[in-house]
Amino acid sequence: MSHNRLKSGGRIDRSKSLSFSFNGKIYQGFEGDTLASALLANGLNVIARSFKYHRPRGIIGSGVEDPASLIELLGEEGSGNNLCTTVKLKEGLKAKSINCWPSVDFDIGASVQYFEKLIPAGFYYKTFMWPTWHLFEPFIRIAAGLASAPKTPPKTGHFESRNAHTDFLIIGAGPAGLLATLMAARSGAKVFLVDQNTEAGGSLLSLNLNINQKPAMVWVESVVKEITNMPNVTHLQDSTAWAYREHNLVIVNEREVENVSIIERSWRIRAKKTIIATGAIERSLVFPNNDRPGVMLASAVQTFVNRYSVKPGNNLVIFTNNDSVYSYIKDLTRAGINILAIVDSRKNIADSVLVDAKNIRVISNSIIKNVNGYKKVNSVVVQSLDDKEVETISCDLLAHSGGWNPMVHLHSQSRGTVKFDDRIASFVPEYSAQNSINIGACNGTFALNEIFDETELLLSGASENSKPLVYKGKLECSKQSYSIEALWSPDLSKEKNKAFLDIQNDVTHDDIQLALREGYSNVEHVKRYTTGGMGFDQGKTGNINIIGVIAKEQGIGLDDVGTTTFRSPFTPVSFGSINGVREGSVALPFRHTPVTKWNLDKGAFMYEAGARWRRPGYFPMPGEGFQEAVNRECHAVRTGVGVYDGSPLGKFELKGENVGEFLDLIYTNIMSSLEPGNGRYGLMLTDDGLIFDDGVAFRIDKHRWFISTSSGHSDAVNQHMLKILAFDYPEWDVKITNITSQWNNATICGPQARKLLKKLGTDMDCENDSFPFMSFREGMIANIPARVIRVSFTGELSFEVNVSPRNMLRLWEKIIEEGEEFGILPVGSEASHVLRVEKGFLSLGHEVDGTVDPYDLGMGWLMSKKKVDYIGKRSVDLRRSSGKVRRELVGLLPNDPNEAIPEGAPITPSGKKVATEGFTTACVWSVVNNRWVGLALLENGRARYGEEACVRIKDRIISAKITKPVHHDPDGKLLRS
Amino acid sequence: MLLINCPFCKNRNETEFVYGGPVGVKRPDPSLVSDEEWVDFLTMVPNPMGPVYERWWHARGCNKWFIICRDTVTHEILESPSDEP
Repeated sequence: MSHNRLKSGGRIDRSKSLSFSFNGKIYQGFEGDTLASALLANGLNVIARSFKYHRPRGIIGSGVEDPASLIELLGEEGSGNNLCTTVKLKEGLKAKSINCWPSVDFDIGASVQYFEKLIPAGFYYKTFMWPTWHLFEPFIRIAAGLASAPKTPPKTGHFESRNAHTDFLIIGAGPAGLLATLMAARSGAKVFLVDQNTEAGGSLLSLNLNINQKPAMVWVESVVKEITNMPNVTHLQDSTAWAYREHNLVIVNEREVENVSIIERSWRIRAKKTIIATGAIERSLVFPNNDRPGVMLASAVQTFVNRYSVKPGNNLVIFTNNDSVYSYIKDLTRAGINILAIVDSRKNIADSVLVDAKNIRVISNSIIKNVNGYKKVNSVVVQSLDDKEVETISCDLLAHSGGWNPMVHLHSQSRGTVKFDDRIASFVPEYSAQNSINIGACNGTFALNEIFDETELLLSGASENSKPLVYKGKLECSKQSYSIEALWSPDLSKEKNKAFLDIQNDVTHDDIQLALREGYSNVEHVKRYTTGGMGFDQGKTGNINIIGVIAKEQGIGLDDVGTTTFRSPFTPVSFGSINGVREGSVALPFRHTPVTKWNLDKGAFMYEAGARWRRPGYFPMPGEGFQEAVNRECHAVRTGVGVYDGSPLGKFELKGENVGEFLDLIYTNIMSSLEPGNGRYGLMLTDDGLIFDDGVAFRIDKHRWFISTSSGHSDAVNQHMLKILAFDYPEWDVKITNITSQWNNATICGPQARKLLKKLGTDMDCENDSFPFMSFREGMIANIPARVIRVSFTGELSFEVNVSPRNMLRLWEKIIEEGEEFGILPVGSEASHVLRVEKGFLSLGHEVDGTVDPYDLGMGWLMSKKKVDYIGKRSVDLRRSSGKVRRELVGLLPNDPNEAIPEGAPITPSGKKVATEGFTTACVWSVVNNRWVGLALLENGRARYGEEACVRIKDRIISAKITKPVHHDPDGKLLRS
Repeated sequence: MLLINCPFCKNRNETEFVYGGPVGVKRPDPSLVSDEEWVDFLTMVPNPMGPVYERWWHARGCNKWFIICRDTVTHEILESPSDEP
């Protein structure tokens, strides 16, 4: 069936035959084929069904510009939504068509075409809305579709990423890029040359041009050979530069890596200068049924013939508005294609161009009126623009060319500007925003001789060091000319057939006109309303026509319409490549303390707690569940002694003459009056009056302090403090050292804590009179140098023993050993939660939800009245002065002591289905009270002690008594003992 | 990915830094301004299409806070502390 394969020629290797399957059938191809060229060689026409209308589609382009031929790859290399024009043919490749059932040749989905009138552009803004869009959405999503993602990841191989710095990054290995590489590399500069194709050459791979009287590919091969041997050049093929970011950072995806265990390699290249040589893409013409299989871009027909040695048809009609197609005639005729006619929309065609079409019928001043054939072209209708006379020509292939678009994508991503160039009826680069140069076809220069001249000129002034860039050789090639008369769209006013502007998303000429009629005249609105240009191809062949139609309809120039914003990726990129090596624990590593392994060995259930710390939640004994373990731990702390690892707490040491003033500024209460050895609990607010963090501050000596913050916010507090000192008070002498990792601590808490401390052995006087609450002492504990601080987050007598990390595990094990006689247990975060709720201590994220201020929480005593200013004071006063009702912290006791209230549950007046008056911030089983106890934020809470609150859950109400927000030791006697 | 010129560490990748917002007016004395002026200070920040002074913190480096001038359209950094005078 390979009757479409030519006998010789092309860049394929006929000695290596490959077999592959498409839609379940086996076919043959060659090394060097793409899936598209192999399918065409085997005579296949219909490859896919279109996105919305399920119209049969064939192959239109020969590379990344193709808008139609999406297929799904199956098996080991499975991946959805690949253009078959870019898939390299490999032995055993399995592919299938998408968006069709049961098959691409007979697709039931095509019946949607009977309902075409119901589904124009933007139909989902106007229809399928009652009773709810969600009723229709699933069916619509199945009817319009793309392939699914593969179910399993690749069995072997991984993705890699690399960073690189270079003097020159040259994007594109066509004639311009190759010459630029020679000049840059020979000067000794470091050069990266990247190109998306399987081999270098660019347009020279399909055009039959000569350089220095030899085939152009000979020159290409000599350049590649020379740069391969240069140590300062990195040459990557099958590598797409897909993103151009700030400051000349370009991301390149290398898809065929020499090391077979690497699936793809992502390069982040920082270049001193980029040379953009990305070439130009042919664009389509607009005419009715321009999407039928057998309607192809003219350059694609030539590429399949010259590069892949395949003829996509036998009887060809060409439709054009520019000169470029005439140079293909020789190659196509030699391949055995019968060129029936060239339909040229222009009235006058230059003689120098017509000389190539000596024996061909040229029909000037005419257009294609219609294409006949559903699954394959069988004839075209030609109409004269003069007298409107029509003529039907039987054919099996229609090649069209609407002109050439310089590929300004990367230039635009770099924030460079473009302008419309009437000479080539296309957008070209105008100003560069970064250190980059555009050369060749992407700069609007199409003729090979001009490309070489321009490259030589622009590169000679482009040196990034003092070494000059020169080209001393000779590059002789024939002069080419190019002229075009733009034809954005013919008169389609009485036309019933669809003329497509975006073949990928089924956007027709009518859709654009609909958008304009409805007032969406801005090009960005037209794009989003019609979805034109939003497919995989990002409108590479069609966007310019959309812009042309908008310009024509509104009577303005294309420069005034402008382009839509070009965004990365230039072509689709796999998620694996973007991710690189950042998987699993590499992406977000946990932070540990020296006790983490001990916790794991003890069978602790580990949580992630704030800022990626791994902390134990609870320590279940064999056979124990969550609640039993937590109860056991709480009981130990309240009656005997417990120990927990407080190492993750944020800690900072502050030194300098102005530390006192600084702490007075950032805390709500006064710290500067502390005596050395003593400390205070304090709140930090943000300048808009919300609670930022809570912690303790201790004074070591006249100019030295340390403060402790919550574990989760220590980085934010660090940022906050440094920022204030850098910008608001640069004259203050305050130096901050982050000592979070430098001090670890084991906190022993409970009525027996002091006894345990003495048993461990210490030189400190631990009695209450000598070592009161909220003070610290330095000395030895269990023969380990330590700083012991009396703070309590559990409400019990508590000693926080701070030691250096290398002694932490030894201290911990000693505490466990000596504490055994007191029934010591390690305490997890769940038990800590219970203990702090019983005491009514606040927890960021529970009671502090971003709306409450310290007065609401009953902490007005922390808000200094003496200080004129501290961060947050003004805003708190401002908010409270509005007189609006405030939510205040209260305690909740469910009427049924065995009934739990879910944390977060809303409280409404009498439990009715109305706006809430508060919510439950916490509810825990209290061992000491033998019942459930909770905390809540409630409107006017402090005035309602003793009353009943109604917690409303989906279908029932839980009644609870409102109490003071403390359920154990309300006077705080225990922690001061 | 910006290349930010830290006063101590010179050019480093944007990923080493934390953005600290544009430079607005200096924090006024809260006891001397009206409610409107105070809320204005908290909520209005410069947001131009063009050069803006902004703060960056070299969090994964030397910890220094500094100010640069960056064009919000082209991302060109027009001024940074270690520019030669």
